[in-house]
Amino acid sequence: MKFGKKAIAAVGSLAMLGSIAACGSNSGNANSGSASSDGKVTLTVWAWDSTIPRTVKGFEAANPNIKVKIVNAGTSKDEYTALSNAMQAGSGAPDMAQIEYYALPEYVTRGYMQNVADNGAKDFGDFYTPGTWASVSLNGGVYGLPMDSGPMAWFYNKEVFDKAGVDPTQVKSWDEFYEAAKKIRATGSYITSDSGDAGFFDSMTWQNGAKPFDTSSDGKTVTINLTGDDKVKGFVDWWQKLISEDLIDTKTAGWTDDWNKGLDNGSIASLLIGAWMPYNLLSGAPNGDGKWRVTQMPTSDGQPAGSESGGSSLGIIKSDDKAKVDAAYKYLEYVTHNKEGIATRVEAGAFPADNNTLNSPDFLNVTSITDADGKAHEYFGGQKFNEELATAAKNVRAGYKFLPFEVYARGKFGDFVGKSFTDKQKLSDGVKAWQDDIVSYAKQQGYSVKE
Amino acid sequence: MSTPTTTATAQSAAQVNRHKADWRGWKFMWPFAAVFAFVFIIPIAYAIYISFFQQRLIGGNVFVGVDNYTRLFQDQQFWTAVGRVALFTVVQVPIMLFLAAALALAIDSMKLHGTKFFRIATFLPYAVPAVVSTLIWGFAYGAKYGLVGSFNSFFGTNFDAFAPSVLLASIGNIVTWEFTGYNMLIFYSSLSTIPHSLYEAASIDGASEWDIVKSIKLPELRGSLAITVIFSIIGSFQLFNEPSILQNMVPGNAITTNYTPNMYAYNLSFSGNQSNYAAAMAIVMAVITMVIAYAVQLRSMKDQMK
Amino acid sequence: MTEKTMSASMTAAEKERAAKKAEKLRQKRVAADEKAERKRSAKAGFANVNNPRRSLTLTILSAIFAVYCLFPFAYLLINSTKTQADFSSTFGLGPGHSFAFFDNVAKVFTYNDGIFTRWLLNTLLYVVVGAGGATLLAIMGGYALAKFRFPGRKAVFAIIIGSISVPGIALAVPQFLLFAKLGLTNTPWAMLIPSLISPFGLYLMWIFSEQSVPTELLEAARVDGASEWHTFWKISLPLLSPGIVTTALFTIVATWNNYFLPMIMIKDSDWYPLTIGLNQWKSQAATAGGIPIQNLVITGSLITIIPLVIAFLCLQRYWQSGLAAGAVKE
Repeated sequence: MKFGKKAIAAVGSLAMLGSIAACGSNSGNANSGSASSDGKVTLTVWAWDSTIPRTVKGFEAANPNIKVKIVNAGTSKDEYTALSNAMQAGSGAPDMAQIEYYALPEYVTRGYMQNVADNGAKDFGDFYTPGTWASVSLNGGVYGLPMDSGPMAWFYNKEVFDKAGVDPTQVKSWDEFYEAAKKIRATGSYITSDSGDAGFFDSMTWQNGAKPFDTSSDGKTVTINLTGDDKVKGFVDWWQKLISEDLIDTKTAGWTDDWNKGLDNGSIASLLIGAWMPYNLLSGAPNGDGKWRVTQMPTSDGQPAGSESGGSSLGIIKSDDKAKVDAAYKYLEYVTHNKEGIATRVEAGAFPADNNTLNSPDFLNVTSITDADGKAHEYFGGQKFNEELATAAKNVRAGYKFLPFEVYARGKFGDFVGKSFTDKQKLSDGVKAWQDDIVSYAKQQGYSVKE
Repeated sequence: MSTPTTTATAQSAAQVNRHKADWRGWKFMWPFAAVFAFVFIIPIAYAIYISFFQQRLIGGNVFVGVDNYTRLFQDQQFWTAVGRVALFTVVQVPIMLFLAAALALAIDSMKLHGTKFFRIATFLPYAVPAVVSTLIWGFAYGAKYGLVGSFNSFFGTNFDAFAPSVLLASIGNIVTWEFTGYNMLIFYSSLSTIPHSLYEAASIDGASEWDIVKSIKLPELRGSLAITVIFSIIGSFQLFNEPSILQNMVPGNAITTNYTPNMYAYNLSFSGNQSNYAAAMAIVMAVITMVIAYAVQLRSMKDQMK
Repeated sequence: MTEKTMSASMTAAEKERAAKKAEKLRQKRVAADEKAERKRSAKAGFANVNNPRRSLTLTILSAIFAVYCLFPFAYLLINSTKTQADFSSTFGLGPGHSFAFFDNVAKVFTYNDGIFTRWLLNTLLYVVVGAGGATLLAIMGGYALAKFRFPGRKAVFAIIIGSISVPGIALAVPQFLLFAKLGLTNTPWAMLIPSLISPFGLYLMWIFSEQSVPTELLEAARVDGASEWHTFWKISLPLLSPGIVTTALFTIVATWNNYFLPMIMIKDSDWYPLTIGLNQWKSQAATAGGIPIQNLVITGSLITIIPLVIAFLCLQRYWQSGLAAGAVKE
């Protein structure tokens, strides 16, 4: 080596030279935790859900040969991106991953997910709510198990509604909601906010009974019919009215600091959102403590109906390593099916997907939520909010299907429909443009498309 | 490429060059070259290779020839994005460089109280990671609770920094904030190489302060302008961090997935299963950037190649 | 190495030191003269181009710009004293109801079992090895380009300019696939190796070497029989030191602030740098059951910036002269 010691000393500050030289000879240090000789297995799990890490302790105590490493590889789309990358590259993928229901069909289609039906999961059908079970039972297999669910419910700030003289429990139909929105607007607040959210759009059309997407049983033909579906149109027309008359806040993007402030001070008076919201409200809108309540969603005809928003499955990434898959299944079972595992997560704010918990008095009678410091808050003023949410879970309409490339489609929603919220474009025109883009994408990807 | 070499430098080169291939330089060049090849050249070659294929969800990987390129030329979304960064470049780069040059001249003039303070204060934003600066500006732009909101309620105006029509300017402001000091420093350092005897001579000849700026300082800046312009053009054509971090804060998805060519390529390859098309896009963008950078300034940089 | 060359280089180094000393003394004298003259001209009302009268207008104009540059720092400072509740309920540039600065700092370092410390150490590793290595490669490469006429020299320039025009973002896919095939993703190497390349650093060192290393000095050393390496380390490097500080500063900032590369390459929170970690903290609120910790994000951001600001202030004397001497000029 010409890099003599003296020479290195001469640039003392640049002492990293040694490590660069070492870089060439260092290899074989990259394993993603496979079964080692002593029978110990390390599982890498990608999940952003904050309740998942809590299950590790209990699981490892019961399974001393399995070590679980939870990695937050990004939220939702960021994680899927990383997962696709790693799968494409054939290295760096985790052993298990949290995948939202809407994204699961895509990764099953791509062949990333392990079918766990024969590990015992095929008998779990009655254990979960019908909606969540349908979301993981795809193409005749079971590709993951439900971690949580997010039936849509109406969370509202009672103080603001009282001021406007509106009682949301009496607001059943979309028309009544529209009238309520006007009264709320008269107080200066907005009844809710939406600046173009694909998930919300999906949930609302789903609730209205729309079935815009379908995939043929051989997986090669997709139906994309947003523009021709009456139920989609029903939602679009109603929502357009609220946007045009400035009855909903289209200037505040969801999940921003401004949004939290709006919820905190009552300028955004209510939310149509998934049942997992209570903990977010407590941490994001602390001043709403005691003022908020929950009730059922308004529907187009006033009859009870529901849909899901969000909610995730936990799945095993396809692998030939049987020992690995078996270990992963054990953890999967613990998190999603084991009583103790589920309870650990529900305590921390996860909204359950299993019937036992949804029907248990312990769960239904809860009136307070616990913050990060362990302090209990009667955020909903003593209301048994889980009772309302469990009812919402039962009302979820069956049979809604996601696209096999829903992640892409949702990513593009904002590009085309966003302008309907911030600009003068009509909502229906935005939806039309969105449909055109999804259709051309599907064709590029080799699908036959029915519109 | 024909290089307009000057005789003076050719001579000094001849001194070093002993009339035969002189490989000694590679002793020093190879570590950079090797890593560079690994990190840039191989991936670029690979990108060119995959740009001739298409990966489909149904049907797998197929050779498609130049299909990706022909598709690109008809892709409205791509050209909208190119148009947007071109507009950004034409407006933001001159403003930023003008500010940087003016600031450099002001600091170099020694007419400021507290020169040192200004030199460091204006350079500090460069130390802030894009994640953090975008976060801060995102707050400031908030129409409800941000500074813009306070401004509106104070003056009774209705300005919205996130409105689709002003959004690009809002991003331009963040970039200007981040990089003006950096460019200022490059200008300033080239000004400080001017021997002060030159100013003395000029002032004895009766030149005013403005004359000195015009006939001595500005010509001096021309050289560093070349490098700042090239790096700024490349930077704006590759605009990514600021809009993509800002994306979640802006209502109505006004920052689309194809807001800039880089964001478009990123979204295509990472969430759209279209890395082949994205690779073709990268290559076309590289060519466009190179052509523009060359047309604008490369000529003067080439003089460096004595 | 023969004794003769040793002594030759010693004298060269000694000469160099003596020259530096003389230069320092000269600068001191000049500074003293300038100060005296400033006083004189202030009294006499006579302005000299070298030492003009201060302008209030110009100062005010610059001050406006300085405020623009500094206000985000003020925002960070103010908000790092707020609790999460205060952050979401009080005016951004006003004070909160309580002063929680030290509490926030403590929380930043203890949250999630002190993961922030780990990120800080990772970032330091990336900066020391990555930016340090990048500086070294840039020095050697720039020196080669400036002082040798080797075959392929012109091509190197063209290729580098060409390559940096390729959008790094789009290159990320093939780069990622390449690194993944070698099993380097999710390891520090994925962050370190690409960080070793700094085209701007190479350019700076090239210009700088051209101007501050006299070819005659190299020739003299060669006549004495010194090897190229010896000449480089013992003669050229000391002459280049101001430029090295400048280049190091740019590469350090680039590595410290790098966001995109680790975002693609590293999906293991144990190896995250600060930028990715902070962004993760920022986005964790936006999920079901997520708890916003903007107070920690803000305080963490502040802590992230502080080392760089300190480095700027300390090194400012060096890099100023470095940039000046190696100034980018035609």
